[in-house]
Amino acid sequence: MSADSVSPPMRSPFLQGLAAAFRSVFAYVLFGTFVGIGALGHDFGFSIWWMVLSSALIWAAPAQVILLSALGTGVGVIEAAIAVTLSGVRLLPMVVALLPMLRTEKTRTRDLLLPTHFTAISMWVESLRLLPAVPREQRIAFCNGLSLGLMLSAVAATAVGFYLAGSLPRIYAAALLFLTPLSFTLSLARNSRALVDRLAFVFGIALAPILAALDIGLDLLWSGIVGGTFAYLIHRLRRAGA
Amino acid sequence: MNPVVAELWPYFILIFAGFLPNEIWRILGLVLARRLNEGTELLIWVRAIATAILAGVIGKLIFFPVGALIGIPLSVRIGSILIGLVAYALVRRSVFAGVVAGDAALILGTMLLS
Repeated sequence: MSADSVSPPMRSPFLQGLAAAFRSVFAYVLFGTFVGIGALGHDFGFSIWWMVLSSALIWAAPAQVILLSALGTGVGVIEAAIAVTLSGVRLLPMVVALLPMLRTEKTRTRDLLLPTHFTAISMWVESLRLLPAVPREQRIAFCNGLSLGLMLSAVAATAVGFYLAGSLPRIYAAALLFLTPLSFTLSLARNSRALVDRLAFVFGIALAPILAALDIGLDLLWSGIVGGTFAYLIHRLRRAGA
Repeated sequence: MNPVVAELWPYFILIFAGFLPNEIWRILGLVLARRLNEGTELLIWVRAIATAILAGVIGKLIFFPVGALIGIPLSVRIGSILIGLVAYALVRRSVFAGVVAGDAALILGTMLLS
């Protein structure tokens, strides 16, 4: 699916963003992923409204799976909250990297509240790819349209999965879960044009399983800081030498 | 517990154990991003960290699978990602083609090996 062409101002930037969401592979990947999450929530005994609301409010599939599994298997609320917050750390650097692309001199902080909440892996990857072609003063509206489209897909899929639960063969459930690593890998491969991004990708994918195997706590956070910093230092050294 | 509280209790848990612990990082990002401008060196470093964390999420999902993925052999998981990458490269850098090929490889590979 190519959504590389962002056509000039014939439509509102919000609608252009919304249309871009459904041209993005992530609208479909999220649908599959959240069918899986909806089914998981049903199996753990949550209500349909609770599930739909949690998809929109948490808006981060890994955190949602952690919360469902924790509450569903009787882990305490405090422990669940800690596990969720540990998985959410990645959102901080993502927001910090995204917002300066959206801002103009006149942007008020409250205009950035929606894009801040909407920040998630899918939206972040697509925003970094598509926003450079969008005029700066239209970027917030475009980004909100894009995010809303992706979120609608996820919320609808949560409800579909909730009602499909139990009738999904195990191999297809696995195929739905596999959409996440597969689509992240391919989108990061597509987005990583600069050396620093490619190195960060390779270091991150190698470090996290190693740290996890060594049973080092906060493995994701450490692989991000160490891998990202090494990638950045190599980028600096190369430029200094060039 | 009174019935209204009992009815709303799951939603309090959703807010306090699900929404807020996750959202706090987004809000902190909003605060920290206020003084950063696009194109600064610091931002390249932050983006590298974000990218490495995302790659780490992928690495963990492949080597430490959850849910139904536990039943898929490691060789099939790794092979499917590689097949997805090859299809992506062959079909005009199409992520869609890569996702379809990789997921099909996962299903076929698991059926063949089990």
